Amino acid sequence: MTAEQPLIELQGVRKVYSTGRLEVEALRGIDLDVHRNEYVAIVGPSGSGKSTLMNILGCLDTPSAGRYTLGGETVGGLDRNRLAEIRNRHIGFVFQNFNLLPYASALENVELPLLFAGVSARERHERAAAMLERVDLANRMDHKPTELSGGQMQRVAIARALVNRPTILLADEPTGNLDSASGKAIVSLFEELHAAGQTIVLITHDAGIARLANRVVRVQDGTIVEDVRAAA
Amino acid sequence: MKTLLAELRLVLRLFQADVTHNRKRIALTVIAIGWGTLSIVMLLSFGEGLRRSFYTNTRGMGVGIAVVWPGATTRPWAGLPAGRNIQFTDEDAELLAARIPEIDGVSREYATRRGVTVGEKTINARVRGVDARFGAMRNITPQAGGRFLNERDIEEKRRVVVLGDELAQDLFGSQDVVGRTVQIQQSTFTVVGVAIPKTMMGMYSGPDKGQATIPATTYKSMWTDHKMSNLIYRPLTPELGDQAKAQIYRILGGRYRFDPDDLRALGVWDTRRNQQITDNIALGIQMFLGLIGALTLFVGGMGVANIMYAVVQERTREIGLKMALGAKARQVMAPFVVEALMMTAMGGLLGTFVSLTIITGIGLIPVQDDALAFLGKPTFSLPIAAATALILGSVGALAGFFPARHAAAVQPAVSLRYE
Repeated sequence: MTAEQPLIELQGVRKVYSTGRLEVEALRGIDLDVHRNEYVAIVGPSGSGKSTLMNILGCLDTPSAGRYTLGGETVGGLDRNRLAEIRNRHIGFVFQNFNLLPYASALENVELPLLFAGVSARERHERAAAMLERVDLANRMDHKPTELSGGQMQRVAIARALVNRPTILLADEPTGNLDSASGKAIVSLFEELHAAGQTIVLITHDAGIARLANRVVRVQDGTIVEDVRAAA
Repeated sequence: MKTLLAELRLVLRLFQADVTHNRKRIALTVIAIGWGTLSIVMLLSFGEGLRRSFYTNTRGMGVGIAVVWPGATTRPWAGLPAGRNIQFTDEDAELLAARIPEIDGVSREYATRRGVTVGEKTINARVRGVDARFGAMRNITPQAGGRFLNERDIEEKRRVVVLGDELAQDLFGSQDVVGRTVQIQQSTFTVVGVAIPKTMMGMYSGPDKGQATIPATTYKSMWTDHKMSNLIYRPLTPELGDQAKAQIYRILGGRYRFDPDDLRALGVWDTRRNQQITDNIALGIQMFLGLIGALTLFVGGMGVANIMYAVVQERTREIGLKMALGAKARQVMAPFVVEALMMTAMGGLLGTFVSLTIITGIGLIPVQDDALAFLGKPTFSLPIAAATALILGSVGALAGFFPARHAAAVQPAVSLRYE
């Protein structure tokens, strides 16, 4: 355990969805700390609440009760624009289905978070290009997503997630839509990033991938049932 | 703002993608906007043409003039009974001109119907004897090569005549007749001028185009027993009209001994009133036409909004993604508003182009027939362009804003899971 302030601090987080008269409690009191340079895998069967947890961690949704502190900032009671700013600054998302803009080039896709951050065109361009080089796509910058393989698309998405130097890389089943070879390449890229100091939170149901993380958090029925740290 | 501009390139590409994706729907919508623009521009232009022709035609009789004619008293006054007829004399004109500072001149008008003869041809026309300033006051402009009556004509009781354009045409078969002569009551008159054609929306005793105008002094020497028909005067400014009118009642009332409040003793027609009313009517018509055009355009705007709602629906996941990457509400909304504006602008350009073609085409038709002279030709003007652009802009902005607001309400957590 480190003594420093955790990057992510969840205290008694609950999330209740109400669909008409029916109320569904997706999270029933989650306490979770994630520290700098941890590589955490959150696992659990579908319906366990891990997606809800990911939404809350990614500031896409706010808890119904409890406290969420991200990088020293309390998330909760913030309006949509403030949440957008926090996502822009702190969170790098990687999705199962890549979520690239189909009409934009790889470079433009990577530039997007910088665009929303109000970074100048020139700096945007330089940083996005550097990040694409980092994921070995220097020669694919002007390609549209349709001209890329699945593995390449996911690497573009990772470049996009990292371009604004996020506090956490938040990946949701990043290998779910990839063949095993491409999946392995992505997983080893994650390991490289982790080795370089990036904090990563990975949501998966693939035990094989979860094993590579240095900490596995198992979620079931809206609560954390297991939190295992690999021996460092 | 900076990011908004920076995103414009992406927006343009998006628009391109939407155009290829929804080609027919967008084409129809652009046409609908074009149609709306066409109606608004055409209706406003017709309104403008009508307004201008109203403006000119109501001033055909003269600008801001008033006509006074003698009436009969209806009240006993100063020991005199009611029912006395008033008659004007030459001195009245001088007196009014001298005593009322609010008016800039008075002209007498004597009139009768007489045969006007050229060779074998005689036309029974209104012959009027007036002062030199009558021409300017009553908007009777001589054609090139001619002139209106002048002071020397009056002083010397010259036998000169100014003919209305129609009268000249009917008598001589031509309007180029300055220097030729006509016979009126066995006297020979030299034509010194022919009036240019004009359209009159208001008149008394018939249009000017059929009348022969001679010096008042000449008239009096020919028909010594004729009474004066009218006095024409013009207030210095339209605002002084009521004051001038009151003065006329007061002065003539003192002279002919009638109650200055006895309104029937004199007839006064202040044309400035009519001009104001017709100006307002023309403006009202134009606003009404503009409103109809604007409504047509709003229907087109519905089409744009409809498409934008569909586009928002199609792009829900993309919107969610942008939000996840940190796009604020404004950054999510801007592309939709810009796209709606682009669609509206395309339709607007199309409609304006077609309208201008039509307006130019109508402008090429020569005006001969009276209906066109009365209604005027559709006229495009800068205010119309500005009004159209303003309405188009607001329609486009509204058509984009509501769908965009819909987009900004997207829940990123939910939309990212859309497959």
